[in-house]
Formats: sequence, structure tokens, C-alpha cells
Amino acid sequence: MLSCKDVTQLISESMDRSLPMGKRIGVRIHLLICRFCARYRRQLLLIRDTVRQIITAEERPGAPFGETLAPDARERIKASLRNY
Amino acid sequence: MEKRESSNPPDWVDRYGDYLFRFAMLRLRDRSASEDLVQETFLAALKDRGSFAGNSSEATWLVGILKHKISDHFRRQSREESLPVGDPPDMPEDNPFNAVGHWSTGPKDWGGNPADLFRQKEFLDQFAKCLSSLSPNHANAFTLREIDGENTEEICKVLNVTETNLWVILHRARMQLRRCLEINWFRGRAGEGA
Repeated sequence: MLSCKDVTQLISESMDRSLPMGKRIGVRIHLLICRFCARYRRQLLLIRDTVRQIITAEERPGAPFGETLAPDARERIKASLRNY
Repeated sequence: MEKRESSNPPDWVDRYGDYLFRFAMLRLRDRSASEDLVQETFLAALKDRGSFAGNSSEATWLVGILKHKISDHFRRQSREESLPVGDPPDMPEDNPFNAVGHWSTGPKDWGGNPADLFRQKEFLDQFAKCLSSLSPNHANAFTLREIDGENTEEICKVLNVTETNLWVILHRARMQLRRCLEINWFRGRAGEGA
């Protein structure tokens, strides 16, 4: 019988590889009866989705929260290109 | 077919500097390291202008170089941080499980519909803080996997760990990150009494 501790490790692993059949079934059954592990899994997937949405938004030109090069760094980099 | 030439290097900084800087910042969360890698990227591009094939955009070409620089940076960090070979012991104050492996403190209800988190600047800031609170190898493994979508084989090469080791590292990274977000973001935002 899988413990919650085992299941959290397997939930994470299932996000990186496809689990062997036996483990996959063990996790699925555990998730039906354990609301904490089911919630844990939903939250990890929410984090994954959110990260993807942030990256998609931020890597477009005119990104919403776009970080920009500081003026001194910009000048330093330009100078290094001119002096090359 | 006529070969497309790359544009004038000193113009690169105004044209692509912010874009590359933002790309680096999302992965390194460190202004000065990101500035350095952007500079190294431009210099490497200048040195090797012949590698611009002209069949991709100049921005794509430069980002490709920057990606390599970021991997090198992670590689250096993984050499500096000596990873325990086996499973490191659980830190008791951080262990959410009891002796038989059941939750002693289960995940809290995050309430409402948190699906539009990515629109909130404060969330991105908190997320970056939480990611930075992990050890560099844990944070870098998470970054390569979740931000860049790299496969585990490639990540193992960069971080110089076995696949089994990487699964443990990613599991710990996700667990710590989830907990940090719960404490610093969701607590107080979820419905009362959740």
C-alpha cells in the first residue's frame, strides 16, 4: 500500500515520465481516497500551467511585466561591442 | 539564394537587449548575472557572425546562443554545489509527513479560482522569491524542466546527476516551491477558514 509520502514522489515523477503500469494504478487508487494527495496534485499542475502562461506572456515583445536592462548596463554592453 | 546578413552589432543592444535580458532574468532571477550573460551572448554572436544562417530570425539566433550560456552557468553552479549522492535526509522541520508517511500537515485549500495568477505581477515576484529560496541545483532543475520544458535526459547532462537522482530533485523542488507559495501567497488570499 502506497503512503502519501510515496504518492507525492510518484505524482512528481508522473510529470516527468510515464509511470510503470503498477505504480500508475496504485497512484490512481490512492488519489480516489486521499483528498490531500489529490489536492497536492492539482496544485502542482496549477503551478506548471501558471509557469507556462507566465513564460508565454513574458517572452512576447511588449511583455506585461517586462524587465529591462538598466541604462548603465546597456551602455557597458554597447561599449564592449564597439571595442571588440 | 542570397544569404541574409545580420544587422549592425552596436544596434543589437537597443534592438534585442531587453528581450534577451528578460529571457535571462526569468531563468536566473539575478540582474547582474543576467546582464553578464547578455553581454557574453552579444560578444559570442559578434565573434561568430558566420553562424547566423539567415534562415531564422536574428532574435532566434541570439536566444539560441543565450540558452547555451545559461546552461553553462547552471553547469558551473552544479559543480560548485556538491550534491549528496543518495537521498539526503528529510529536514524534520520541513517534513509534512508523519512516521508512517501520511500527511501531518496537508496542503491547504487555495480557494477561489486561481487560474489567472499569471496576470499578476506580484505573483511573479513571489514565485521568483520562492524559486530563489531553493538550493541552486533544485531551482535550476525546476527551471530547465518547467520553464524550458527540457527532457530529463538533457537536464541530467547539464546538472551531472542520474535520472533517479533528478526525479528526487524535481520532487523536492516542487514540494518546497508549493509550500513556499502556500505560505507566502495563498495564505490570507484563500477564503476564510479554508
